[in-house]
Amino acid sequence: MESMEMYLPLIWAALIGVAVALYIILDGFDLGIGILFPFARNETERDQMMRTVAPFWDGNETWLILGGVGLFVAFPRAYAAIMPALYLPVIVMLVALVFRGVAFEFRTVSHSKKGWSFAFALGSILASFSQGLVLGGLVQGINVVNGQYVGGSFDWLTPFTVLCGLALIAGYGLLGATWLHMKTDAEVAARSQRQARYWLVAVLVFMAAVSLYTPLAEPRIAARWFSLPNFYFLWPVPVVTALVAFACWYWIERGREVPPFLAAVALFLLGYAGLVISNFPYIVPPSLTIWETSASPGSQIFMLIGTLFLLPMVLGYVIFVYWLFRGKVHAGESYH
Amino acid sequence: MDADPIFLARLQFAFTIIFHIIFPSFTIGLSAWLATLGGMWVYTGEDRYQQLMRFWTRIFAVSFAMGVVSGIVLSYQFGTNWSRFSAFSGDVIGPLLGYEVLAAFFLEATFLGILLFGFNRVPPWLYTLSACVVAFGTMSSAFWILSANSWMQTPVGYAVKNGVAVPVDWLKIVFNPSFPYRFAHMLNAAYLTTAFVVVGVGARFLLAGRHLREGRTMLRMGIGLAAVLAPLQLIIGDQHGLNTLEHQPIKVAAMEGHWDGSKPGELVLFAWPDEKAETNRYSIAIPYAGSLILTHSWNGLYPGLKSVPPDQRPPLVSVFFAFRIMVGLGIYMIAAALFGALLWWRGTLFETRWFLRIIANTWWAGFVAVIAGWVVTESGRQPWLIYNVMRTADGVSPVPGATVLGTLGLFIVAYGIVFSFGIYYMNRLIKQGPDTTEPPQDDLSNFGGNPIAAARSAGRDI
Ligand code: HDD
Ligand code: HEM
Ligand code: HEM
Repeated sequence: MESMEMYLPLIWAALIGVAVALYIILDGFDLGIGILFPFARNETERDQMMRTVAPFWDGNETWLILGGVGLFVAFPRAYAAIMPALYLPVIVMLVALVFRGVAFEFRTVSHSKKGWSFAFALGSILASFSQGLVLGGLVQGINVVNGQYVGGSFDWLTPFTVLCGLALIAGYGLLGATWLHMKTDAEVAARSQRQARYWLVAVLVFMAAVSLYTPLAEPRIAARWFSLPNFYFLWPVPVVTALVAFACWYWIERGREVPPFLAAVALFLLGYAGLVISNFPYIVPPSLTIWETSASPGSQIFMLIGTLFLLPMVLGYVIFVYWLFRGKVHAGESYH
Repeated sequence: MDADPIFLARLQFAFTIIFHIIFPSFTIGLSAWLATLGGMWVYTGEDRYQQLMRFWTRIFAVSFAMGVVSGIVLSYQFGTNWSRFSAFSGDVIGPLLGYEVLAAFFLEATFLGILLFGFNRVPPWLYTLSACVVAFGTMSSAFWILSANSWMQTPVGYAVKNGVAVPVDWLKIVFNPSFPYRFAHMLNAAYLTTAFVVVGVGARFLLAGRHLREGRTMLRMGIGLAAVLAPLQLIIGDQHGLNTLEHQPIKVAAMEGHWDGSKPGELVLFAWPDEKAETNRYSIAIPYAGSLILTHSWNGLYPGLKSVPPDQRPPLVSVFFAFRIMVGLGIYMIAAALFGALLWWRGTLFETRWFLRIIANTWWAGFVAVIAGWVVTESGRQPWLIYNVMRTADGVSPVPGATVLGTLGLFIVAYGIVFSFGIYYMNRLIKQGPDTTEPPQDDLSNFGGNPIAAARSAGRDI
């Protein structure tokens, strides 16, 4: 029993970690399309861009639901502490997602596509920014007394969270640009290739800023990275990141289609791993760990059994649709 | 007035969920209707089924998008607005929602992609299968969320340890006492709602003298379905009410406007329940009929509102009137469906214009009944959030009232915009009607430039 209460939260933390990582990547390129929308020359190009994600966007956002609900299932006390603390960014993100979500269908049935293109772009940018605020808000810590948040509605608003918000926009922009380069042809593909470079530079600047800022501002994070046996194991993380970034640049320059996207994904995963290393085992830094907030073993086991059956099935049919809609979306193809 | 966070949190939740439930009521039914049309198409090879299916799929897409985005909002509302409730009941409610996501949402979302964009990429059987999978997904989504909601109405199978509800018996939790009734009633409500929309659109086409063949098919299928489902809803609703009487008698007393439990209940047709004076004003009632319905005996007794102190009674006015709206619409739907069936049997359904005009203008009946039903259920549970276990006031998040008010305003503006455009676009799609008459050249672009699909469909037209 003792060991179950030790390991179940670890398993669940890993599962939620995977769900969030999948969300960031899958909805990342999907939000990235919206971030790149303003740069398209006309609505025909935007049609082409949107078509590359239209069959997938609903499934991609389902990972966000899984992330939220997974937290509710496995760590209800963390969910209950985090959501009120980050109330405003979470709700702004949701409203932004409403606009960009309906834009997929509304754009095709409205007379003039301009309005909903604008809503799609603005919704995507705002949702990405809010997600960065949420992430930054978590990392900088939440004030919890007796399991409930104590503090004001704007405590999350700091230069650091704004930095994280901009960082996420840049990251999704990079994912979106490399995705478009891979999935489109003609003018859209060429422009995405050009833009991918700028996004890559922006991402690197932001990653460096966040990596410098967090250990300086949070002694516990500095201790995690620079204390002594840890440093021996952790120094490869920034080195590998630098190598991947270099490879990404090189492949973009060479006009390769798939590798830049994969490198962008790898960059994201590395940044994500860095955050996990900085904060583990806290789920509500700096006070609540995964064990303190975890649901009872009965709940975690009940859900784990279902997850072990259902998650492989889910992955199976998600892969199936991506395979079904493989290949490039050509300029001028109709939408539905 | 100082912003009261509890009231505002309730208002925000009620607003977002009422907005949400409009779309599931339609998409649960519509996906089943699409699957049926697909099945008929594959089975008979008749073109009109395929055209109807494609026509309704466009409308489905718009409605589904609004259902999805408003649902995502809800899944976060538990944490943002009801964090104390989440901390207390997450161990029990959480997994039910978790199963909803894994077993239902992914299924819907993935196969929706094929249904909306796969017409010329997959063979007809796989296309139809995707419609079936989406229909099954929406049904299982209703299964899990209603299980969670029913547990809050009739909580069983748990124990409270360290101030937290922990699961003891999952089978009891999932199949809690009010769940089977609620699931049957809500699912039937969704199918009925859709049937009235389909019938309404069919009648509209016939009245306008356009798309006659499709209009007739819609009318026949819709009236046939409603003639079965509408009376069935009365029977399920009656059983549901008896179950509620057993577990939440005060809710039933509020629905009936029944104050004094020591006398047999009357059936109050209309009244203004006066909470202060503890009586009904302007009452029009049938003596003993309430007892007859609820206890199936002339003199049967059941608890009245006065049996609990005022602070344990639900808000009367909303429960009382919402119940009458729902039942009134239920009776209207029975009458309309049976009369339509009679006309059909006599062979005059398509010519009786006054009847067509009525049903063309009451396509909304199901939506209003669904919302009214939920107001009965949820308001009737007050002041409890989890019945007899946790009060609503104890479940709210520690978020200042002004913040909740601000975001409520944001939701109202955002949903107002999205809803108006959504309705406008759906209405326009309906006006355009199914694509049936276009020449083969047009077909080419419609089928995404796939000449074989276009040729096949053109061949079927002849
Ligand atoms: C799993 C939970 C759950 C589910 C499936 C539903 N509700 Fe609910 N509802 C709640 C959980 C809840 C709640 C969190 O418990 C609320 C918030 C405040 C309250 O007292 O209960 C609530 C309140 C609430 C209110 C306000 C009642 C009042 O405060 O007087 C309305 C009108 C509805 N709901 C309507 C609905 C509708 C239309 C639903 C259909 C989808 C629905 N509810 C499903
Ligand atoms: C508080 C209660 C509820 C929550 C938290 C909730 C949550 C959600 C979420 C997150 C989605 C989006 C899923 C996707 O991406 O496909 C959704 C959609 C859906 N919900 Fe709800 N829901 C609630 C109440 C209900 C109820 C009571 C029903 C049915 C009786 C229902 C039926 C559906 C269906 C069928 C969909 C599919 C999308 C659509 O219909 O447009 N939901 N819900
Ligand atoms: C015809 C007579 C009807 C009767 C006697 C009836 C009875 C009831 C009762 C007693 C409840 C409350 C149960 C509770 O809270 O415990 C309820 C709820 C509800 N009703 Fe009805 N109903 C009828 C018609 C309809 C119709 C036509 C619709 C929609 C098309 C509908 C949709 C709902 C919904 C969505 C709920 C809330 C969910 C639930 O608790 O099942 N009802 N109904």
